[in-house]
Amino acid sequence: MLINALLQALREIRRNLMRSMLTAIGIVIGIASVIAMVNIGKGASQSITQSISKLGSTTLYITPGQQRGPGNQSAVSIPFKLKDVAVLKDSLFALRAISAVEGSTMTALYQDQNYQTSVKGVDNDYFIAQNLEFKSGREFTKNELRTGLGSCIIGQTVLDKLFLDGESPIGKKIRVEKFSCEVIGVLSPKGANTFGMDQDDIILVPLKMFLRRISGNDNIHLIMASVKENIPLEEATLQIQQLIRERRHLKPDEEDNFSVRSMSALLDTIGKITSMLTTMLGAVAAISLVVGGIGIMNIMLVSVTERTREIGIRMAIGAMPQDILIQFLIEAVVLSGLGGIIGVILGISITYLVSVTMDIALIIDPSITVIALVFSMLIGIVFGIIPARKASNMNPIDALRYE
Amino acid sequence: MIELQNVSKVYGMEEASSTVLKNINLTINKGEFVAIMGPSGSGKSTLLNILGTLDVPTSGTYTFADTSISALSKEQRSLFRRYVLGFIFQGFNLLKKTSALENVEMPLVYLGIKSKERKQRAYDALISVGLEGRTEYEPSQLSGGQQQRVAIARAMVSRPKVLIADEPTGNLDTKRSHEIMQIIKGFNAEGITVIMVTHEDEVAAYASRVIHVRDGMIEREISYAH
Ligand SMILES: Nc1ncnc2c1ncn2[C@@H]1O[C@H](COP(=O)(O)OP(=O)(O)OP(=O)(O)O)[C@@H](O)[C@H]1O
Ligand SMILES: [Mg+2]
Repeated sequence: MLINALLQALREIRRNLMRSMLTAIGIVIGIASVIAMVNIGKGASQSITQSISKLGSTTLYITPGQQRGPGNQSAVSIPFKLKDVAVLKDSLFALRAISAVEGSTMTALYQDQNYQTSVKGVDNDYFIAQNLEFKSGREFTKNELRTGLGSCIIGQTVLDKLFLDGESPIGKKIRVEKFSCEVIGVLSPKGANTFGMDQDDIILVPLKMFLRRISGNDNIHLIMASVKENIPLEEATLQIQQLIRERRHLKPDEEDNFSVRSMSALLDTIGKITSMLTTMLGAVAAISLVVGGIGIMNIMLVSVTERTREIGIRMAIGAMPQDILIQFLIEAVVLSGLGGIIGVILGISITYLVSVTMDIALIIDPSITVIALVFSMLIGIVFGIIPARKASNMNPIDALRYE
Repeated sequence: MIELQNVSKVYGMEEASSTVLKNINLTINKGEFVAIMGPSGSGKSTLLNILGTLDVPTSGTYTFADTSISALSKEQRSLFRRYVLGFIFQGFNLLKKTSALENVEMPLVYLGIKSKERKQRAYDALISVGLEGRTEYEPSQLSGGQQQRVAIARAMVSRPKVLIADEPTGNLDTKRSHEIMQIIKGFNAEGITVIMVTHEDEVAAYASRVIHVRDGMIEREISYAH
């Protein structure tokens, strides 16, 4: 009986193919957007998460001043001193690596080539904290770090811009505005980070040299601290906060005038934003599904009226009201279900295209696919029930007499 | 087998009401061939629809083989039609854009008969009314006489006990009318009770009893011994 009703429904849909397709379009669009949004949302947040964890999710960023929100820096922002870094390094067992980072944008010169890049003064711990590896050469020696001798390590982009004929840069002298330095190492390429910044567009110099030649003082605006694997980030954060508060003689009722943040906090924020976006877009899609459902109800009502005579004939021949109910209900479900199937195919295609063109991880969530299909059929039931009841409640004789 | 007692049918309410059937008392025995005749608007179709349980009387009782049909629910009446009755309507009332075979299959679908047997029985029924080679045609591709044959095949395919026919030859010429009546007569000869409305004497002549209706009342009955 159910199989017959199903075949009957398919036949009926084929009979009015154009109308059926137009009717199902609302469902197709609704389901396609749900599928595409959820999958793309998941892919995007996975991509972001991956590239953030590449940055080192165990790294803490210690900055002076308290960030209360975008553009709401607290009035007092006292920079750190070299001594602060030394104390943190010596006192905190929880840290694997710690390095002050001071940076500025400057023009580098080699022979006829000049190139503007980001120059950073760092310690060797910076390579650990940032997961940097060497393509060739070495890190700074103790001596270089202590005396602030003129040596530097360059990224792939800088290498490509300055050393055109593929010669080895190791041992060559480059000039960076006020000072010159000898290239002692080249970093392995890392590509762009999550925010689209080229991480290979960089020249690293010993921190002491940077402070002496560029800054002219020992003010420090960023300290990167990498926490040991087995120690919780919150724990290390707390230790750092206490130590700096002590050093700054902050009273218990005073707020921190510095901040300690991790990338995983940023990750949480991004996660919240993407899930909020997904929910919002999902709601929009849900509305379009309801609109699609109403479209189906409308067409089914028209169809019931058009087929009043057929209903009368079927009842005369022995169809029970529930047979008629099931027939029209199945027709609505098949209509919306077909819309759902087409929508799923369309949604997956959109997901695929977007993930390829925008370089986002391709995630096709099987559960949302199943949910979407079930939901589309549910729409058929919910919006098909009124027309189906109307059909099944007809009186055989009135239905037969209907012109 | 079929018994109507004091059956009346009133359409509308209060002053606007019209009494279409007035205290009809009628008994039809198993295997009878009854023709109902009368002027247009006299209530023939209304009477037939009540006998066919498509319509319900305003008052009076309808008994079929000791079962009170008046007491049946809508669902039970559907089942009664499904298992006991076969219908030929005043218009042919075939499903549009549906092949002759599928039209004839329909009662068997509701009887829950499997596809293969269903197709075979529908095909056989169409052959028995002389429609070989036309089983895949849709109603719009068939002549009036052929459409009526499809309707007969559909009425008979479920092997009903009673055939209810409202002007089965209404839109046909004399030659076609006789062909159709021969088929119906054949079914009656197999023991099926036939109740038929007609306004043609030649068609009524196939019946064993003719009931004349006028203004919603049975005017007279004439029985013929065949
Ligand atoms: N649904 C209805 N509402 C009101 N009046 C109706 C309804 N159905 C039928 N009638 C009236 O009942 C009367 C009998 O109708 P019926 O169809 O039984 O006539 P008939 O004898 O079959 O006529 P014909 O030979 O023209 O088919 C008519 O006067 C008709 O107007
Ligand atoms: Mg009539």
